[in-house]
Amino acid sequence: MLAAEPFIRWDWVRDHTDDIVSNLWEHVQLTVLAVGIGFAIAMAMALISLRWRAAYGPLAAFCAAMYSVPSVALFALLLPFVGLGLRNALIALVTYTLLILLRNIVAGLDGVPAEVREAADGMGYERWRRVLRVDLPLATPSIVAGLRIATVTTIGLVTVTALVGKGGFGRFINEGLSRQFSTEIVLGAVLSVAFAITCDVLFVVAERVLAPWARPQGAVRIGRWGALTLARWSRPRRIAADA
Amino acid sequence: MTAAAAPADTSAEDVAIRLERLTKTYPGASRPAVSGLDLTMPRGELVALVGPSGCGKTTTLKMINRLIEPTSGTVWVDGVDIRTQPTHELRRGIGYVIQQAGLFPHRTVGDNIATVPRLLGWDRQRIKARVDELADLLRLDRALLGRYPSALSGGQQQRVGVARALAADPPVLLMDEPYSAVDPIVRAQLQDELLTLQREVHKTIVFVTHDIDEAIKLANRIAILNVGGILEQVDTPAEMLRAPRNDFVADFLGDDRGIKRLSLMTVRDASLSKGPLVAETASADDARSTMAELGYDWVAVCDGDDHLRGWIGAAELDGAQTVGELTPKPFLSVVTADTTLKAALDGIVTSRTRVAMAVDDDGRYLGMLTVDDLAEGVTA
Repeated sequence: MLAAEPFIRWDWVRDHTDDIVSNLWEHVQLTVLAVGIGFAIAMAMALISLRWRAAYGPLAAFCAAMYSVPSVALFALLLPFVGLGLRNALIALVTYTLLILLRNIVAGLDGVPAEVREAADGMGYERWRRVLRVDLPLATPSIVAGLRIATVTTIGLVTVTALVGKGGFGRFINEGLSRQFSTEIVLGAVLSVAFAITCDVLFVVAERVLAPWARPQGAVRIGRWGALTLARWSRPRRIAADA
Repeated sequence: MTAAAAPADTSAEDVAIRLERLTKTYPGASRPAVSGLDLTMPRGELVALVGPSGCGKTTTLKMINRLIEPTSGTVWVDGVDIRTQPTHELRRGIGYVIQQAGLFPHRTVGDNIATVPRLLGWDRQRIKARVDELADLLRLDRALLGRYPSALSGGQQQRVGVARALAADPPVLLMDEPYSAVDPIVRAQLQDELLTLQREVHKTIVFVTHDIDEAIKLANRIAILNVGGILEQVDTPAEMLRAPRNDFVADFLGDDRGIKRLSLMTVRDASLSKGPLVAETASADDARSTMAELGYDWVAVCDGDDHLRGWIGAAELDGAQTVGELTPKPFLSVVTADTTLKAALDGIVTSRTRVAMAVDDDGRYLGMLTVDDLAEGVTA
């Protein structure tokens, strides 16, 4: 596309480490805020659905409708209300996490075995305490899976928020496009993907730490001093004899 | 004792649970699941609620810990109307065991057992000590306490379920078909363990089952319910088998009521016959006359200390001077005072001599059981 320029100019990359760091920080910030706020809203909606089952249909339909709005259009639609910048970017990003998170939290809560719920009620758990100590812990694998998908999706979408003046690594892509400078485009894309993969792996580890019972075949555990330690990769013996 | 007069024989202090005109009609149902049930459960007894599906036995059980709210009627636990205390407090004071054990998959076995003590706010050391104590009581290896329930067999999970229900030492235990999901061998083991356990802990246990044999084996008292939660009869197993109140109860007990009654009685309860018995030192003629006198073609032989040596057939005596010259054949069916009459019957019908020989713990001869002796016990 550009005759004189090499595809990647490594010297340009070396000269812009400050930009890489500041864009990484912005990318992390937007992702964490969006997923964090989205999770809080989705959890509230899931708990409402758990209490009033009839609420789930309309809530899920609302989230699905929002999810289907094209992101570029949403940024533009929000402009008259919040203008350019962080608020515009966050509102859009949060919107796209809701459907994934709500569905996974509800699926996780639905997956709690009926006899476990009944046992918990029969033992004398108050309703809120049962949700906190039994339902939610058992829904953890599904919830973490939802957070994982939502986070990776958000990291991709953050690059698009360059259109409203944010963008994280998307700033490189946006600038590269306007300047027809391939180095910046590739740099933005590669860093964004690398960040997404890193988060993905972290969530796999997080699931094993948070739900050790769900992976009986060797798991990563929090050690005695809080450090991550690899548990022995041994198959737990099934205790066969009842004698 | 009949259903209508059930509460009569128990004074108020000895009653742990009393159901008074208890009725449950589910929304949209045309007929009540339980209708006007009156039942008292004496302290320290195991009461089995038995009946076909749809008889409301589980509904009745769940109305005791308010997992199901009655449409009308009252449940009294220890003389207190259960509606007068907060539901969660009531439940923490009542042990609850369910069919699939219902263990918390995300908690270790030890933490599962510690559930109610934690809810009650016991301190750490007390909880630890109690969990260890229960592991021993339920014969659970303490090494299992740190594992997750998924690593346990069905039988072990059910034991943990019982340990969890007993953790805060509640006076009342509700068990909802606890053993119906485990295989028959493990089930029999768990039943035996429950009987042993009950001798130690003396809980008031309400036990729901559809298996009449399980009820007969475990219960001090059986309540048979008909579809719609109608109480047909409440009685001790022996009394119910002896005198079922109507055809429904008789049908439910099965066509082997007599045999089932034998399973509830032991050799101690039976009247033993003397039997054709001679000492080793007796002459062959003495042996022949003993046989002739009692009408047998064999004679039992015992030594000077009354220890049973075996038996000798009439034909073998030919040519012998004394009984001691011959080698007696061992009895195949030797029973002790604790043997059930059902096991004794099995011995009788499978042995050549058609009798079961009863001996004491030191092997001394006590007497002999025949089919006639057993029949007398059942028809008495």
